[in-house]
Amino acid sequence: MDGPRGPRPRRILSRGNIMLYGTLIVVAIYYLLPLWVMVMTSLKGMPEIRMGNIFAPPVEITFEPWVKAWAEACTGLNCDGLSRGFWNSVRILVPSVALSIAVASVSGYALSMWRFRGSETFFAILLIGAFIPYQVMLYPIVILLREIGLYGSLWGLVIVHTIFGMPINTLLFRNWFAAIPEELFKAARVDGAGFWGIFLRVLVPMSLPIFTVSAIIQVTGIWNDFLFGVVYTTPANYPMTVQLNNIVNSVQGVKEYNVNMAATLLTGLVPLIVYFASGKLFVRGIAAGAVKG
Amino acid sequence: MTETAAIPPLAAASSPSVSIRGLRLAFGAVTVLQDLDLDIAEGEFLVLLGSSGCGKSTLLNCIAGLLEPTDGQIFIKGRNVTWLEPSERGIGMVFQSYALYPQMTVRGNLSFGLRNARVPREEIDRRVARAAEILQIGPLLDRKPGQLSGGQRQRVAIGRALVRDVDVFLFDEPLSNLDAKLRTDLRVELKRLHQSLGNTMIYVTHDQVEAMTLADRIAIMKGGRIMQLGTPDEIYNRPANRYVADFIGSPSMNFLEGQWEGGAFRGKDILLPIPARTGGTARPAILGIRPEHVMTGPLAETAPLRTEVIVDIVEPMGADTLVWGELGGKPFRIRMDGQARVRPGDRLPIGLDPARASLFDARTEERL
Ligand SMILES: Nc1ncnc2c1ncn2[C@@H]1O[C@H](COP(=O)(O)OP(=O)(O)O)[C@@H](O)[C@H]1O
Ligand SMILES: [Mg+2]
Repeated sequence: MDGPRGPRPRRILSRGNIMLYGTLIVVAIYYLLPLWVMVMTSLKGMPEIRMGNIFAPPVEITFEPWVKAWAEACTGLNCDGLSRGFWNSVRILVPSVALSIAVASVSGYALSMWRFRGSETFFAILLIGAFIPYQVMLYPIVILLREIGLYGSLWGLVIVHTIFGMPINTLLFRNWFAAIPEELFKAARVDGAGFWGIFLRVLVPMSLPIFTVSAIIQVTGIWNDFLFGVVYTTPANYPMTVQLNNIVNSVQGVKEYNVNMAATLLTGLVPLIVYFASGKLFVRGIAAGAVKG
Repeated sequence: MTETAAIPPLAAASSPSVSIRGLRLAFGAVTVLQDLDLDIAEGEFLVLLGSSGCGKSTLLNCIAGLLEPTDGQIFIKGRNVTWLEPSERGIGMVFQSYALYPQMTVRGNLSFGLRNARVPREEIDRRVARAAEILQIGPLLDRKPGQLSGGQRQRVAIGRALVRDVDVFLFDEPLSNLDAKLRTDLRVELKRLHQSLGNTMIYVTHDQVEAMTLADRIAIMKGGRIMQLGTPDEIYNRPANRYVADFIGSPSMNFLEGQWEGGAFRGKDILLPIPARTGGTARPAILGIRPEHVMTGPLAETAPLRTEVIVDIVEPMGADTLVWGELGGKPFRIRMDGQARVRPGDRLPIGLDPARASLFDARTEERL
């Protein structure tokens, strides 16, 4: 018997493939170029930068700018670089992420599994909250925090982050829990588990992906926050982003591009690491959380 | 839901294990259960049977305490449990989807209820070991549900009710997710389990084979009401109304329209003497005959009524053969022996026996 048999051969360099990969490569270059410039600039000394070619790799690699950005750059009176801001950010981040995830997960659980009178209304109001611009609430919250004596303190900022994280994260958790078969919940009730027993011992252990998603959203969001940091804390507690701004925009002396680039890269490192470390879980959680409305 | 409402006398003979009084449940404007009364005897295997959406699961969930009734009362072992939590009612429940806790081992699944009830450690171990032995899941105790087959999962789910030493087992279509072979095996095992434990069991299914094989009594439900409550034999041989007659039996019963008067059913092409229990006047009636009760071959000769059916389609099914024909201008099904040689177009002599036929009022559809 003659003629074709088995799988049909495919041309690798088909027109479609060339178009596809061509586009992908162009897009990748477009996004990678700024990063390239930043990394290269941060590894050059100032004389080399003044020579002008921003795309060229450094002739002589120096880590001096990184050290300076981290430990020596001056903002106002302090000359201890970004390190101060980094630790401030960590001290803001950890309780904010923990508290906001705790509150949002319990809210999402209550809203999906224990439908109470008015739970739909409550959820609707929460969602509307997600669409109100932050700027509108900026000043009222200042007053609120002042009244309860938390204005300017780290805990005030933690509470603000928790509140603003509520809508999106509650939605995420609600959708996740709504997708869990109701029979599991019923079985746990028959087994005598209560509100917290079902949540902590049955649902939380099976919800790692959505906790990861929520943690990523909160970590990156809170780490990148600038506005709330400036508004609700005092300079002693300024997060890293505010400190970065102060370093980059400092008006004294020459502009040290290499230090600025290193400082910016340092500030962006945390979200970057979080994304890389959790890539797969993140996608799984997002997909699962988005299925059911 | 008044606490002072007089409790109707509970069934006389043996005190019932589960009693339901005037149970009504509505989701908003939709009434799903309507004024249900039901007594289930101690140790009885009751099957709730009905097509999808008739309210079987809703009734079971009410008994379990997972749904709050709109009105009515539920008693378990003479105790009014209407307002009690599921875990306080002495019930265990097995679900269609198994509903095992995915992050716990089999042992963790079995012991979860006992741990919630703060049963001492040694007692938990003892009961888990006993349940594992009864259900033959000993070797699986340290596995997670994800590593089990469907049949094994459902065994664990049954075990979860078993360890809690409950009075009443509730099953909501426990075998529906299993393939046919396994379903048959587990069905037999369930029956054996019931025989050895002697607990009251309430079992929801839409599968009439499961219902007929497992039940002491079957409650056929439709639209939130019980259409008939009786033993499988009663349900099959003396259906209380046309709905039950049509629902039970596969292929379903043949119905012939006609008139009942003077002790006989008169339809197109047939006249069958058949008594009506209720007596009374002449009225439009429906005669029901199961395909397997139609006599053929030599037997047909001896029947009180003999006639002929023109064969339309023949479906050989191995053990028996299903013949589709026409009688009185209406489709008529006959179940014959698997060896029967019949071909489309044949004129097949048949016999009907009034003792094996059912008569219904055409208007009320109730049995006459
Ligand atoms: N939470 C609910 N809200 C509104 N209607 C419901 C709800 N649960 C069930 N129903 C309705 O009640 C009826 C009976 O449902 P169910 O008891 O699950 O039927 P089944 O006999 O198939 O188990 C169905 O028509 C269903 O649509
Ligand atoms: Mg159901």
